[in-house]
Amino acid sequence: MKPKTIIEKIWERHVVHEEENKPNLLYIDLHLVHEVTSPQAFEGLRMNQRKVRRPDLTYATVDHNVPTKHRNVISDEIAKKQMSTLRQNCEEFAIPLADINHPDQGIVHVIGPQLGLTQPGKTIVCGDSHTSTHGAFGALAFGIGTSEVEHVLATQTLWQAKPKTLQVKVNGKLGLGVTAKDLILAIIAKFGVNVGTGYVMEYTGEAIRDLSMEERMTVCNMSIEAGARAGLISPDQTTYEFLKGKRYVPEGDAFFEAVQKWEEFATDEGAEYDRTIEIDAEEIEPQVTWGTNPSMGGPISAHVPNPEDYSRPADRSAIRQALEYMGLEAGTPIEAIAIDHVFIGSCTNARLSDLRAAAEVVKGRRVHENVSAIVVPGSQTVKLAAEAEGLDKIFTEAGFEWRSAGCSMCLAMNDDVLQPGERCASTSNRNFEGRQGNGARTHLVSPAMAAAAAIAGHFVDVRSFSNQEVFS
Amino acid sequence: MEAIQKHEGIVCPLDRVNVDTDQIIPKQFLKRIERQGFGQFLFYHWRFDNDGNKRADFIINQPAYEQASILVAGENFGCGSSREHAPWALLDYGFKVIIAPSFADIFYNNSTKNGILLVKLSEEEVAIVLEKAKQGKYTLQVDLETQTVTDNDGFHATFTIDSYQKKLLLNGWDEISLTMQLEDKIKAFEQKAN
Ligand code: SF4
Repeated sequence: MKPKTIIEKIWERHVVHEEENKPNLLYIDLHLVHEVTSPQAFEGLRMNQRKVRRPDLTYATVDHNVPTKHRNVISDEIAKKQMSTLRQNCEEFAIPLADINHPDQGIVHVIGPQLGLTQPGKTIVCGDSHTSTHGAFGALAFGIGTSEVEHVLATQTLWQAKPKTLQVKVNGKLGLGVTAKDLILAIIAKFGVNVGTGYVMEYTGEAIRDLSMEERMTVCNMSIEAGARAGLISPDQTTYEFLKGKRYVPEGDAFFEAVQKWEEFATDEGAEYDRTIEIDAEEIEPQVTWGTNPSMGGPISAHVPNPEDYSRPADRSAIRQALEYMGLEAGTPIEAIAIDHVFIGSCTNARLSDLRAAAEVVKGRRVHENVSAIVVPGSQTVKLAAEAEGLDKIFTEAGFEWRSAGCSMCLAMNDDVLQPGERCASTSNRNFEGRQGNGARTHLVSPAMAAAAAIAGHFVDVRSFSNQEVFS
Repeated sequence: MEAIQKHEGIVCPLDRVNVDTDQIIPKQFLKRIERQGFGQFLFYHWRFDNDGNKRADFIINQPAYEQASILVAGENFGCGSSREHAPWALLDYGFKVIIAPSFADIFYNNSTKNGILLVKLSEEEVAIVLEKAKQGKYTLQVDLETQTVTDNDGFHATFTIDSYQKKLLLNGWDEISLTMQLEDKIKAFEQKAN
């Protein structure tokens, strides 16, 4: 038999219907729902007197809008309405919901894996582009629009054209103090925000195999920032160990049977991809973005680029616009950029290991007097686990605010909004204009780099920083 | 959705690459629970200053483009968030056709499902259209049936489109009802999988 990639295997196992000159009708194993992209879909169902076909394969939570400070004080009437609309819709259509005060509540891409709903070989969709996160488990997971949400609710299927496959091979080992976030930012900086358009990406290579599940989620999360709707990693022992004992994962003998099934999905030796790109892990340094899309970044040791050094006119004008928005001068060392805010959170970097990494840097130090800093755990479960380890104390003693779970300042739909011109070191995934508030300036970094910047008041290489005993 | 076969309209040149959906419709406007009424928020922070006044220098605000129904932009249009509010806002504002060298995948699907025709032309062709449109009132004819874009001045370009997407757009079909006709197949799949 011809060797196959995991992408082809999952695809073939989920085709419900094939016709010439048409995309395939694909079965969806898990549909995650949140308050912002679903109301119009439920409304569409009601208008056409349709039902949710498989509420048992659907799971909902509130994350985008929720307040992270005073849990039940929702000052924004429309946000409140969106949350209560989801509550009513879940009741009406019998969909399980982790509502605002539910212990399982959290960012949809954090709770899926945490509950064990996310499993190898599944097709997973959600009305959110960072659904690619679930690809870390060897699932084919991608974001969809509201019309597609409605389609999945009604039929448990989607019409999808078979994607091309792109192998992203990461050779060698990451250096000490270089994280999964730095890896994915370096990939996007090197290959651009467009490289994955039309593809599903599979990450392979030694550096990827070495990553923990939480780190793999960080990498897959940002596949969409490279233009790919989905990015995944073949499952292995690391995957199975993570899943063991999770609530929705089979137990005992059934677990071993499940593992046998999951193993079959892994990419075969010698399988071919439509395209392969490669990067050496050794060459990657901690990253900081300086522009207004995730590819506009580079190593901490670099300087803000000069638009005139670029040959393509489109690049020159894009960089010029970005620097103007970001209020940065060409040639400025990245380390010299002072910040006003630090946000540690989001579906990219708000799992327990992320908070641990940040806490390690922060421990025994103080947030710089010019900086305000917040930590927003990815889920209520992460929050409790972090508190059990005393991480909340480390953060609050250093001057961070410790919040409840939600998307928060990743997209600033709740009260956590920056003012025009304010500059933020953020562990989220998008540095688009206005993402964290109108006129706000976002620099994407890893949790450790964000923590170091919070203490120093400007960007700093966490690898040298961690060793410094005394700090003013 | 409304069917689209041919469209003729004024072209608005948005000479930017990687226009993301956060720009097309900022998040503070995503909280409505209806599909209508998003046009007023389209490109909000580019169109309006902090006091809510129209920015005269932003292209869409210029009088020549007030009636524009075709938007032309640089590569990777619609990248970022999956929010369908982006095509809803474009459509509600009055754009029926968008021309660019490339589009982000989710945005492409979302737009097509709402009856917006996305036309992929080469970078050179897009550059020509951008330049012509910058001169002032400039009209294009877009024909989905023949997959061509023409102006009154000899410009002629062809574009490719997936045949299924084309059929949906030409007929304005509701995809869910088409799929529901395949219920037997979906059931059979579920039985086999268990
Ligand atoms: S944390 Fe940010 S990127 Fe992730 S789902 Fe929430 S808003 Fe989207």
